[in-house]
Amino acid sequence: MTTDANIHVHHITRVEGHGDVVARIEDRMLKEVRFSVVEAPRFFEAIVRGQSYGEVVHIASRICGICAVSHKCAALQATEAALGVEISPQTDLLRRLAFHGEVLSSHLLHIYFLAAPDLLGLPSVMPLINSAPEIVRRAMRLKQIGYDLAAMVAGRHTHPVAMTVGGFSFLHDPAQMQEMRARLVAILGDLDATVELFSTLELPDFERETEYVSLTHPDRYAFYSGELMSSEGDRMPVSEYREAIHERVVEHSTAKFTRWNRPEYMVGALARLNNNYEQLHPSAREAAERLGMQPPVHRPYAITVAQLIECIHCAHDAIELIDELTQTGTHAEEQQAPVEARAGLGVAAVEAPRGILFHEYEYDDEGKCVSANHVIPTGQNLGNLNRDMLEFTPTIIDESPDRIQHLLEMLVRAYDPCISCSTH
Amino acid sequence: MPQEAPIPRFGHKPQVAFFDFACCEGCQLSVLQLEEKLLEILGHVDVVTWREAMTETSSEYDIAFCEGSITTEEDIERIRAIRKQAEVLVTLGSCASGGCHNELKNQWSMDEVLGVVYGDDAGGISTIPSRPISAVVDVDYQTFGCPVSLPEFVTVVSCMLTGQHYEPPNQPVCVECKLNDYVCVYEKGEVCLGPVTRCGCNAICTSFGHACQGCRGLMDSANLPAMLKALTREEAHSIMRMVVERHSLTEDEIAAKLRIYNNWPELRMEEAQPDDD
Repeated sequence: MTTDANIHVHHITRVEGHGDVVARIEDRMLKEVRFSVVEAPRFFEAIVRGQSYGEVVHIASRICGICAVSHKCAALQATEAALGVEISPQTDLLRRLAFHGEVLSSHLLHIYFLAAPDLLGLPSVMPLINSAPEIVRRAMRLKQIGYDLAAMVAGRHTHPVAMTVGGFSFLHDPAQMQEMRARLVAILGDLDATVELFSTLELPDFERETEYVSLTHPDRYAFYSGELMSSEGDRMPVSEYREAIHERVVEHSTAKFTRWNRPEYMVGALARLNNNYEQLHPSAREAAERLGMQPPVHRPYAITVAQLIECIHCAHDAIELIDELTQTGTHAEEQQAPVEARAGLGVAAVEAPRGILFHEYEYDDEGKCVSANHVIPTGQNLGNLNRDMLEFTPTIIDESPDRIQHLLEMLVRAYDPCISCSTH
Repeated sequence: MPQEAPIPRFGHKPQVAFFDFACCEGCQLSVLQLEEKLLEILGHVDVVTWREAMTETSSEYDIAFCEGSITTEEDIERIRAIRKQAEVLVTLGSCASGGCHNELKNQWSMDEVLGVVYGDDAGGISTIPSRPISAVVDVDYQTFGCPVSLPEFVTVVSCMLTGQHYEPPNQPVCVECKLNDYVCVYEKGEVCLGPVTRCGCNAICTSFGHACQGCRGLMDSANLPAMLKALTREEAHSIMRMVVERHSLTEDEIAAKLRIYNNWPELRMEEAQPDDD
């Protein structure tokens, strides 16, 4: 039995960016437990000042190498709102398609490469290269299709160059999307095999009800656009986000924390699943039933499973979007909306893979950026994660220090933190 | 799995470590996109440390791949320790090799950027002017791009494992545009940094109809005076006249464009005044 434990994980592994897990137990009493973000800030909100709107959106995508399409789209929509630019239905459709690519690649990276090794009792995916190469190949194939889908639409996944204020820098040809469509159909079996794998894996048992915050959209499971929603019953336009989301600087963290109705809330795949379950593709809901994931789900370790369910939704919806583009065709006059510099303030929110992401920009009359604000999903989750650790650790206090450390690391990984992003 | 080949340089299967500093980690993520090629590379080396992908770790390694910029005092200590351990140090991408947009913050005092982001609560957070890894320690191989250009990464890995020197390409992106038969961005009336930017990306941005942003940095012989002159003079030929009239950029604005991905203190635009002709 553990009576004392002094856990300090410097730079936790298999997450994006740098964070530490600290836990101190004395005489079977929890004295301290926390996850600290120690990532070096890059000061994006300061460095975009003075840049013209066309450069701002390119710089903003560099906030994150995993969710660059999300940052780009948040920056584009905020900038378009500030400049009064109306994008075409074609652009809206294409951006939604690129989003599915990013969600697939990001979720599958987490599911297979970051989270699964814990559930398989391995330190990383590396031992599987020799012992189970077919699983590694499946993981790479699945992840790659997300990159390739995003790149097909946005020019490149990591820093999507072809997405511009007002539209795209090239005209897409739906005829060239048919090969991608066939690949998407082909990976449905791989996704099914992943559901099968996860239905056999056991997650640590911890449940805590919390506030779930996401976008919501009247017509579809929201990723690219929608209204701001809390599971406590609130809804509002994203332009009023400052009324709801309160950011603050806390000790031990270069990322800011947030609150809304409760002192902490959750964003990301599980929050979206809980808030918008009925709008998931029927195949995704079927997988949710197989995996015991009908809402409300209050188990943070199941965030990874919620991501898998979203992958099935994204693959199906991407196929349907390609079919819609094929039917309507793409038109040169819809490729790029006219853009004129003017003074203005714009806010936008998207559902990045890890949750709701806000960008806000103010421009002067030459279209140069005066100020910026970014509210990052991982930052919003930090309060909730720390609350989970505080309530979960006493329930495992009789485990060995190594086991406690491992369970806490797994909890951090379940949130799939994107720490570089959260600090930005 | 691919056959293991003898590694001339190390005489044994070299041990590899990945490290990251201030960045988006997009270069490491891009490397994962190599798929089969990556599995082939992994057949020739043992990855012993890669925090983003594995929990296993080792303080002994032969080769260090480093991504990101140096932005804290602790970073300086950390990269020096890595340099001391690694026989070969490879920088991944423009944050590590050139500085990238991280260096935009160097135009202000560190107190100012801390204040803009954290307000009055920045007390415990420290930062120093950003610099590439190559400005702090000797680097054996550099790769460029935001994110890193994957064909360049594979070439560098091949050169490194076989003990060969790698010389980054030193021609403008225009060369790759011409080889691919892309329409010149200037002909569309847009300003492109291709004429002064180091190629090696196969002109990916212009392949999608977008201007080059200069993310691979200036090539060594970049002719900035000519660039400035072409973009500002009124008596230009028809295509450049269209660009000049449409954008009416000042020298400061052109410099600002170049500075997004190019080393802030070292880019001296004074040398680049237009001449009289």
